[in-house]
Amino acid sequence: MDEGKHEDSGVSKGGWTSLWAQIPVTRLVFFLTGLFGVTVLATVAVTALLINIYGRKQEARVPFVRVVEVNEATTAPEPWGMNWPRQFDSYQRTADTARIYGGSNSLPIQKLEASPWLVRMYAGYAFALDYRQARGHAYMLSDQLATRRVTERPQPGSCLHCHGSIIPTYRRLGLEALGQPADAPALAKEFNWPAVQKGFELTCAMSYPDAHAELLKTPDGTDKPSAHPVSCIDCHDPETMKSRVTRPGFIRGIAALAAGEGEAPHLPSIERWRKGDRSRPYDPNLDASRQEMRSFVCAQCHVEYYCGPKETLFFPWDKGLKVEQIESLYEGHQFPNGEAFYDWKHGETGAHVYKAQHPEFEMWSQGVHARSGVGCADCHMPYQREGAMKVSSHWVQSPLHTINNSCQTCHKVPEAELQDRITTIQNRHKALVAKAAAAMTEMLDAIRAAQAANLPAEKLEPILLLQRKAQWRLDFVSSENSLGFHAPQETARILAESIDYSRQAALQALALRLPAASEPQTPPPPPAPVQGVTPQGAAPVAP
Amino acid sequence: MDNSDPRSSPRKSGLVLLLLGASVLAAGVLAGVGAFTFGYANGLSYLRRDPEGCANCHVMQDYYDTWLKSSHHAVAVCVDCHLPHDLAGKYVVKADNGFFHSKAFTLNNFHEPIQIKPRNRRIAQKNCLVCHKDIVQEMLPESPQGEAPTCVHCHTDVGHRLR
Repeated sequence: MDEGKHEDSGVSKGGWTSLWAQIPVTRLVFFLTGLFGVTVLATVAVTALLINIYGRKQEARVPFVRVVEVNEATTAPEPWGMNWPRQFDSYQRTADTARIYGGSNSLPIQKLEASPWLVRMYAGYAFALDYRQARGHAYMLSDQLATRRVTERPQPGSCLHCHGSIIPTYRRLGLEALGQPADAPALAKEFNWPAVQKGFELTCAMSYPDAHAELLKTPDGTDKPSAHPVSCIDCHDPETMKSRVTRPGFIRGIAALAAGEGEAPHLPSIERWRKGDRSRPYDPNLDASRQEMRSFVCAQCHVEYYCGPKETLFFPWDKGLKVEQIESLYEGHQFPNGEAFYDWKHGETGAHVYKAQHPEFEMWSQGVHARSGVGCADCHMPYQREGAMKVSSHWVQSPLHTINNSCQTCHKVPEAELQDRITTIQNRHKALVAKAAAAMTEMLDAIRAAQAANLPAEKLEPILLLQRKAQWRLDFVSSENSLGFHAPQETARILAESIDYSRQAALQALALRLPAASEPQTPPPPPAPVQGVTPQGAAPVAP
Repeated sequence: MDNSDPRSSPRKSGLVLLLLGASVLAAGVLAGVGAFTFGYANGLSYLRRDPEGCANCHVMQDYYDTWLKSSHHAVAVCVDCHLPHDLAGKYVVKADNGFFHSKAFTLNNFHEPIQIKPRNRRIAQKNCLVCHKDIVQEMLPESPQGEAPTCVHCHTDVGHRLR
């Protein structure tokens, strides 16, 4: 048969059949193979999408599998990391120095070299030996063991309140002192607040090496116990993973703040407790909201405290969190031996002065972010997405590294603009610190000159008090780790007061050495009368 | 080339039939998997106006939560502000955002936190006026090309309140 005949018969029988028959079979095979291939690819793609959606749905359930038991004695972070690998991943990155230190694993820069005035302010105190920029959480214990402040000068065991994961050690020492079993099962059983308190007091009375040796003796939940820097257990309940506070210094300090008069409008649970019947002390683990706990866990350490050898470590919050409220508490405080409170005797002037630690929580409390309900973790441990999961980053670091997650959640502004705002605040802050530092060093020169003139000590006494006030304020600001960002206006206010006290002290010290100026012979001329802005005659007209 | 009549070769007709069958089968599998995926992904919810549908994709959960706390949650749902109100525009924008949102979330390559696109911001601004025009018309630019800050530039939390 030929094509023509077929076509004729096709037309007579019905168009479609004949059209179908006309298509060459090779083209049909190509077409069908192509169609088949495309359908297969589309099915693969849709199945891949289905699996992706399935994965996202599973992630959204935030599952975790408790593959190992963790308990109140598990200070080692690795077992926790098996149960909560995502948080552990970012926690481990606190050892990462690449971003800030260019990848160097040597000790960070010496602040004493960058700011020589610090050596004079800390004269006579171990910070004048060695004061470096801090590294990530992972280094808190090893860097403390390495600093010349600890290797070359005796330090008390209270330093480990914050630099080590120490609560089970407190519990063990407390249980031993109370004559109760203190083996691994007893340590793992419960938190046991009375035993922890007892152990805390005992370590504060120890030397640093002795307290560190106790840390090494405590089981850590692994076969080879060792000492750890801040670990999961310090901020999380091992049963529920809820945020919690464990440091005795903080728990006592925040209860004292609540019981006192100090303003705390940014901490609503304290305001609520104050309005209640106060039948028991304020307890952050019972009273605080989840959002407050996201700051309190950090405030266990990033605060001002006394941790010297003369008294058990304490947070000075009874009168409030502001710099002058803390100062006022110190001024009225006595050591158990009856001596008036001070941190150290200044090496240049002999003044009894106070040392500020790192009052980040106190400074944050005075800032606009605290008043807006923004906690430490919101910026320093921002939520990061992993698939459908929201994970709070445990790589605690400067929010400048995560401007998008830290700032842009609230501030709908480009990153460059936000960076610029922060830089502006911090540059102004640095300029003001430099002015305050210059005033402080000139004050020291003036006092030393007055002391060299052999003036009676009682005449110098009020000047040394001014020195303490000036230095305390400057130290409170320069030791605080935000370069003014946590509360820019409050920081500037404190520096202004510091400059004022430094200048007052310098003037008074100078006046002691100068003969009294005589009263003016004639009264000063009267002030000029009020003038109009425009001078006599017509204002000049531009040509 | 093969010049013979196709019907004269049963072997080739068989091949065509086989391919035809395979294609139909494959298309059936695609349709089945596609329909299942559509159902599993709550595809139908994207055609409705229930705000919970917008939070199917987990990225939107925070925006759903903050909408619940906002002043507008009693008077406006997602689509009232974020989609044009005419039928054609509504589905065009739905398709536009649906495609780009799915692509971003599947490939996981988007800016965090998410940021509204200029064309979507314009839609939201127009929708503010749908309800509030009578009050704010004095503040609007004279011509549609004129520049003016958007309503949410100042009224940041009317749609999504952070606390």
